[in-house]
Amino acid sequence: MSEIDKNQEIIICRDVHKWFDSFHVLRGISMTVKKGEVIVIFGPSGSGKSTFIRCINRLEEHQKGQIIVDGVELTNDIRNIETIRKEVGIVFQQFNLFPHLTVLQNIMLAPSWVRRTPKDQARELAMQLLNRVGIPEQANKYPGQLSGGQQQRVAIARALAMQPKIMLFDEPTSALDPEMIKEVLDVMIQLAKTGMTMLVVTHEMGFARAVANRMFFFDEGQIVESGTPNEIFQSPKEDRTKLFLSQILSH
Amino acid sequence: MTAIEMQPPPLTVGPLAWLRKNLFSTWYNAVLTLAVLWLLYALLYPAIQWALTEARWGVIEANLTLFMIGQYPRDQLWRIWLAVYMLGGMMGLSWGVWREAARGFAFIALGAGIAFALIGLLLNSDVWINWLIAAAILLALYAFGRFLPRRGASIASLGWLLYFPLVLLLIAGTPLTPWLSSVPSRLWGGLLLTLMLTIVGNFGALPLGILLALGRRSKLPIVRYFSIGYIELIRGVPLVSILFMANLLVPYFLPVNVQPPDTVIRVMIGFILFEAAYQAENVRGGLQSINRGQFEAAQALGLSGALTMTFIILPQALRAVIPALFNSFISLFKDTSLAAIVGLFELLRIGRAVLAQSDWLGTHREVFLFLFTVYLGFSMAFTYGSRRLEEALGVGRR
Repeated sequence: MSEIDKNQEIIICRDVHKWFDSFHVLRGISMTVKKGEVIVIFGPSGSGKSTFIRCINRLEEHQKGQIIVDGVELTNDIRNIETIRKEVGIVFQQFNLFPHLTVLQNIMLAPSWVRRTPKDQARELAMQLLNRVGIPEQANKYPGQLSGGQQQRVAIARALAMQPKIMLFDEPTSALDPEMIKEVLDVMIQLAKTGMTMLVVTHEMGFARAVANRMFFFDEGQIVESGTPNEIFQSPKEDRTKLFLSQILSH
Repeated sequence: MTAIEMQPPPLTVGPLAWLRKNLFSTWYNAVLTLAVLWLLYALLYPAIQWALTEARWGVIEANLTLFMIGQYPRDQLWRIWLAVYMLGGMMGLSWGVWREAARGFAFIALGAGIAFALIGLLLNSDVWINWLIAAAILLALYAFGRFLPRRGASIASLGWLLYFPLVLLLIAGTPLTPWLSSVPSRLWGGLLLTLMLTIVGNFGALPLGILLALGRRSKLPIVRYFSIGYIELIRGVPLVSILFMANLLVPYFLPVNVQPPDTVIRVMIGFILFEAAYQAENVRGGLQSINRGQFEAAQALGLSGALTMTFIILPQALRAVIPALFNSFISLFKDTSLAAIVGLFELLRIGRAVLAQSDWLGTHREVFLFLFTVYLGFSMAFTYGSRRLEEALGVGRR
C-alpha cells in the first residue's frame, strides 16, 4: 500500500447537512481524509453517499457545516469553487463524456482551456493517459463508438488530465455490463497504487478489500460505521452494517 | 456453426415484383391503379400540351436579367458575378475542408452552376461562361481545401464570416470609391434581393436568437423577463406589421440630423428582429434536450460558464435542432416576398412588374409558374443541403 502522509489532511468535513426541499439528505457528516488515502463509501440507495461526494466539488451545495478541501473552504465564492474544481476530478456513473467530441478532444479540452496547456503538450498528456487506461487505439473515435467500460476509462483519463489532487468516483461501475466492471476496477486499483487520494462510492467489495484504507457505511444521511476493510468485513459493530453486508455479499 | 446463405424466394425483388405487390395485388387495387393513372393523364396532358405549344416562354427569356437582379445597373454586373464566383469558391473550400458536412450544399451549387451554363448555351446567352467559371472556381478551391494543412477549418470559417459583409459591400459600393460606385438599394431587386434578405435575415437572427435563448434560461430575472417579453411580443404580431414598423418608425427614433438607413436596410433589420424570436425558441428546444450530466461534467473539469456553453452545450444543442433551424430558414426565404408591401422589388414583385409590360400582357401563368419553380428549387436545395449536413454531423453521436 502506498504511503499516507499522516500530517496532511486534504479533505475536512465538519457536521455537513443538506436538504432537498424539506428532505434531509445529509444529517451531520463529519469525515477527515488524509493525502493518499483511498476511501470507500457504501450504503443503501438514498442514503446520501452520492450527494455527499458531489458536495466535495460543489456539484451540490451543502447548507450547514464546513467542507475544507486542500486548505480552501467551499463557500458561495465562485473563485474558490473554480479553484477546487481544478484540483478535484470526478467520474460519474453515467460517464457523461461529451458525445460530439472525439476521445482525444474529450481529454484535451479542459487542460487546453482551463490550464492553458499548449495543444501539443495537451495531446501528449492525453495520449499518455490513454495508454495508462489501456485504450490508446481509440483516441480518434467518438464516445458513442466505444463500449461502456471503454467509455468509463476515457472518463477517468479525462478527469486525470487536469492532474487533480483528489479523485471522486460516483458509482463508476454501476452502469456497466458485468464483463466490463473488471477493466474499470483494474484502472482504479492502478490509480490507487500511485498514491492518489480517492473517494469511491461503490458496492464492489473486492475493490474495497484490495485497496481501501478506510470504509464508511452510510445510511439515512449519516455515517453508521467506519473502519478499515478488515474491521468492517470481519467484525462490523452495528447491526445495520451486518444486515447490509449480508445482503450484498450473499450472492 | 456455418452461416446459411439463401436466395430470396422468387419475385420478391425487382421492379416487376414491386409493381405486383404494391399496385396490382388484388383486382380492386388494379382497378384503382388504372383509374388513378387515367386521372393523372387527363389532368396533366392539357397542362403539358399548354406548356409545350401555347405558352409564351419568351416573357421569361426577355426579362431574365430583371428577374435575377431587378434594376441593378447593367454596367455593374461584374459585381454580381464576382459575388457568385466568391460563393462558388467558398462552397468548394468548405467541401474540401469539411467533407461530408458541406458536400450537400457544394453538390447543389456545382450542379446549379453547370446547369445554368448549359441553359445559357441553349439560349445563346453569353452568361454561360460566367457560370462555368464559377463551377471551375468551386472545383479548384475544393482541391485546395482538401490538401490545405491543419488550419483549413479556421480559414473556411473566417472566409464565411467575411463573405457576407464583403458581398454586401461589393453590391452596395461606397460613395468614396470611384471604382466601386455606390448603388442605391432601391435599385436592388429580383432574386438578388430575395436571397440577400434571406441570408442577412437568417445569419443576423441566429446569434441574436442564441442570446435570447440563453437569456430565457438565465438566472437573472431582468435578463430572463426581457427575453421572454421580446420573444412573446414578436411572435404575437404578424411579420407584415413588423416590416411596416421597421420602415415607418425607425426614422422617428433617430436624431433629426441623422440620415435614416434606406428601406432595404430597415427591412433587413425588421427580418432579423422577427426571425430572432423564432430561432430563439428553436435553440431553446435544443438546450433543453441536453442532459444535465453534460453541464456537471463540464463544471467538474473547471470549465467556466462561457466555456461550457461554447464548447459543450451549444454545439450539441444546435446540432439537435438543425431541422428546426433550416425550417425557419426556408420559411423566411418565402416570407421575403412580403417585403414587396413596403415597396421593395423582390422576386415576386418583379413578376408583377413584368406582367404590366404591354408586350407581355396575359402571361400570368408563365410568370407565376416560373417564380413557383424558382422558389421551389431553392427551398429544395436548402432542404437537401441541410439533410446531408445533419447526416454528416450525426456520425458517431451517442
